Amino acid sequence: MKTIESMGNAVLSSLEQTGRTLLLLLIVVYRIVQPPYQFYAIVRQIYFIGARSLSVIIISGVTIGMVLGLQFYNTLERFGSVDILGSAVALSVLRELGPVMTALMVVGRAGSAICAELGIMRISEQVDALECMAINPDKYLVAPKVIAGLISVPLLTCIFSVVAIFGGYFVGVVLFGVSEGSYINGMIDAVVWSDVRLGLVKSFIFGLLVTLICCAKGFYIHLSKSGSLGAEGVSYVTTDAVVISSIAVLFSDFLIGAIL
Amino acid sequence: MESSPAIAVRDLVVEYGSRRILKSINLDIPLGQISVIMGGSGAGKSTLLRTMLGLKKPTSGEIRVLGTNICSAGARQLEEMRKQMGVAFQGGALFTSMTVGENIQLPLRQHTRLDENTIQIMTRIKLDMVNMMPHEHLMPSELSGGMTKRAALARAIIMDPKLLFFDEPSAGLDPITSAELDELIIKLKESMNMTIVVVTHELESVFKIADRIAILGEGELLMVGTPEEIKASEDPRIVGLLNRTPRQVAVDVDDHLRRLAGKAVEPGIPDEAASPDEPGVPGESASAKTADGESANGKSGNKGAAEGQ
Repeated sequence: MKTIESMGNAVLSSLEQTGRTLLLLLIVVYRIVQPPYQFYAIVRQIYFIGARSLSVIIISGVTIGMVLGLQFYNTLERFGSVDILGSAVALSVLRELGPVMTALMVVGRAGSAICAELGIMRISEQVDALECMAINPDKYLVAPKVIAGLISVPLLTCIFSVVAIFGGYFVGVVLFGVSEGSYINGMIDAVVWSDVRLGLVKSFIFGLLVTLICCAKGFYIHLSKSGSLGAEGVSYVTTDAVVISSIAVLFSDFLIGAIL
Repeated sequence: MESSPAIAVRDLVVEYGSRRILKSINLDIPLGQISVIMGGSGAGKSTLLRTMLGLKKPTSGEIRVLGTNICSAGARQLEEMRKQMGVAFQGGALFTSMTVGENIQLPLRQHTRLDENTIQIMTRIKLDMVNMMPHEHLMPSELSGGMTKRAALARAIIMDPKLLFFDEPSAGLDPITSAELDELIIKLKESMNMTIVVVTHELESVFKIADRIAILGEGELLMVGTPEEIKASEDPRIVGLLNRTPRQVAVDVDDHLRRLAGKAVEPGIPDEAASPDEPGVPGESASAKTADGESANGKSGNKGAAEGQ
């Protein structure tokens, strides 16, 4: 009986959190169109989520591109098809790995920081202070982060994809001697606009999901089931935000892939 | 004709879950005066403050702040009302990513279209009022407790509010800094004709700054009056608070021992251990301890054990 009760509670809690997050999205969309516009706050957040994630994205992009080049080369060599190495790397990166890996990197680097920042602001009465100053905290704190996520994640995905393709090029062409022409031309022939579009659509959706979930987790820390508003509470919601965002990215990747 | 109060609280009840924190509070905060809300820990001061600020929805009752009923006001009305008030929080609540100056300028930048020069001048005027001029470019993490409170006060008054709330101005401060803040609060009232609401339990500070004092005790409003009226009160709860008398908690020996053993009984449920001629009154007449410490049922051994805890 207790097991059923705790399962029921977990389901209700998840539904409550999902509803709260979706409501936050609606509030943010409503507030974005109202003046005063938070232009500088958005630029600051693009710098934080986007520019400051650049090194992580470039390093992970090159590494994943090299791993892909190595694995595909070993497999394709058995069938005598190393000429399609470029197209295999490019399609994998543009359609799947680029958006997913970028989103996961943003979750780890910026998402956790966003969640912790908002959580600490809530427990140290900074959010209350904003409300008392007649400054809407949804608009001032959450909206710029969500907009910045929508702009930064697709841009980071583009950078990730480009450096990953060059990583594959380095392993295939420079290390294993695959013809440069077959790598580049195979890629140009195989990749069509719908592949790029799919990657971009995914990255927009991931950008929204990651920033929204992390913002909601930190912003509503006082309503969390952990019951603690101190350092432990912040650590709890931050872990939660990272786990839920990562699962949301992977699950929605499958859904988008199946639909589009 | 008497002017309407800055804040009018009517039949206010606030509950957290099943716990009733404020029990039907009726209170008027007059315009242009310093009103102090005081009481012991857990008396409901902070809850009353949060409810008056519109940060906590009451269970029932009504609060009118500067004529706006904040319990039924829409978001826009609440926003307009809040532009006329300033709040200095207990911990300062300064934004840690901004300098002191940027913190103070935030309301101006969000609500006005003043040019940069005017914003800078207004910031320096307010910083000067709270003796923080040299610290404009410091980050909140570089400030002492007293400086944080003064910076929070400067931010609270940057829009020249009609109503200022100050939560625990003296908490955690040394006596000199605390006295300086008291002087500052009085100066603000006199120079800007503000209505100021201070929530505190620091007695020295209360009698120095207050025009009117409201005393809360266990969620009830015990008394409202001038400092002289409060000092003259014969209510034992107020006398106890003013004289810093430790609370005497009557201990039910049997119930206390049961709690220690993890077998506390719900009130009103018959005690299995009670004698048949005393049904259903655990912790009441059968085993209640009298004021002088005698156990009514004469279990002297238990009494001694409980006092030793």
